[in-house]
Amino acid sequence: MALTREQMAQRVARELKDGYYVNLGIGIPTLVANYVPADMDVMLQSENGLLGMGEFPTESTLDPDMINAGKQTVTARRGASIFDSAQSFAMIRGGHVDLTVLGAFEVDVEGNIASWMIPGKLVKGMGGAMDLVAGAENIIVTMTHASKDGESKLLPRCSLPLTGAGCIRKVLTDLAYLEIENGAFILRETAPGVSVQEIVEKTAGKLIVPDDVKEMTF
Amino acid sequence: MAGLDKRVATYEQALEGLTDDMTVLAGGFGLCGIPENLIAEIKRRGVKGLTVVSNNCGVDGFGLGVLLEDRQIRKMVASYVGENAEFERQLLSGELEVELTPQGTLAEKMRAGGAGIPAFYTATGYGTPVAEGKEVREFNGRKYILEESITGDFAIVKGWKADHYGNVVYRNTAQNFNPLAATAGKITVVEVEEIVEPGVLLPSEIHTPGIFVDRVIVGTFEKRIEKRTVKA
Repeated sequence: MALTREQMAQRVARELKDGYYVNLGIGIPTLVANYVPADMDVMLQSENGLLGMGEFPTESTLDPDMINAGKQTVTARRGASIFDSAQSFAMIRGGHVDLTVLGAFEVDVEGNIASWMIPGKLVKGMGGAMDLVAGAENIIVTMTHASKDGESKLLPRCSLPLTGAGCIRKVLTDLAYLEIENGAFILRETAPGVSVQEIVEKTAGKLIVPDDVKEMTF
Repeated sequence: MAGLDKRVATYEQALEGLTDDMTVLAGGFGLCGIPENLIAEIKRRGVKGLTVVSNNCGVDGFGLGVLLEDRQIRKMVASYVGENAEFERQLLSGELEVELTPQGTLAEKMRAGGAGIPAFYTATGYGTPVAEGKEVREFNGRKYILEESITGDFAIVKGWKADHYGNVVYRNTAQNFNPLAATAGKITVVEVEEIVEPGVLLPSEIHTPGIFVDRVIVGTFEKRIEKRTVKA
């Protein structure tokens, strides 16, 4: 079975370490916050200018001056700090964020990522995504392995305009966890009950299948 | 001491000197921390041909979106403009020019502009459409693109509290781009919720020192919420 959105978030959360500063993008990455292990202290960075994003507010604590990068109302946790956008992106562009999780339309064997623009449709803008992929060492891309029509999103070369060049090393799809090395995807883990054959068929870019591929458990 | 008293009494005075074809830098992220009354005054004045630099362009009928209604904006420099149907219409019809700029690069362009730095190198955008036509230089084995900084004829800023010297503090994440815009305007206008007596704001807690600020006005704010989200 392909992973659910919740399972994808759970799998990403296994990459967290105690003491990490983490930036979570919109969509599946946001759900990762629900799976931070109770014995870990992890600080979430929101690029509009909040380090230490807390849970959503109640009606009585709702504050229009307190939002996250997805423009949702949030709270600040104990130990949080608030700052301007240049300071916020100094954290991101200066490589101070330990883990960045974001979605994408396509990734390719060279570690290129396309996530912000589909020519011919409305271009909404890249927001902070180009800064995040250029600034972070440790990035996990979360995406479905193939489109609804079955077209692979793991490509020899991205077809859409790039968000960043040569910056992606880790991809979690609904079918597999893969790493990108030396111009190829390396299959590391399969989703429970998903065959290696299915992943091979749905991966358009060069795929290496080592002998020790694990099956994820939940 | 009136020389350092930045207070003005009316919004008309606050934007005195704003004319057609000027560049206006605006603070705010989404609808959070936007100078909503100064935007309304730009609309009232009817100036046209503006270049507006702001992370976003409001929504239909609120924030910078209201300046689209009478086509007062010629060019928008922003990182994300996806919340606005009229924006889409004007962009597709060619009435509006847009320069999409990565959010961190946009913040740094304002910071550098305010600090007298004309340009800077950044890895952000290298190898993407943003890099087209820009100088590329390698430092320590990594490629960077040259980005030029931004200054404006006016900066419009939303603060929380200020004193008459123009020292400003911001509230929570309504800070965002506001302190950066404040440094980069030839004329910087700050609207706040409250003007306090000098000394009430401690010197060590000031976000924007008064040297960057030309005019301060007190206003009342709707503070519209774009995505109201509460715990289940």
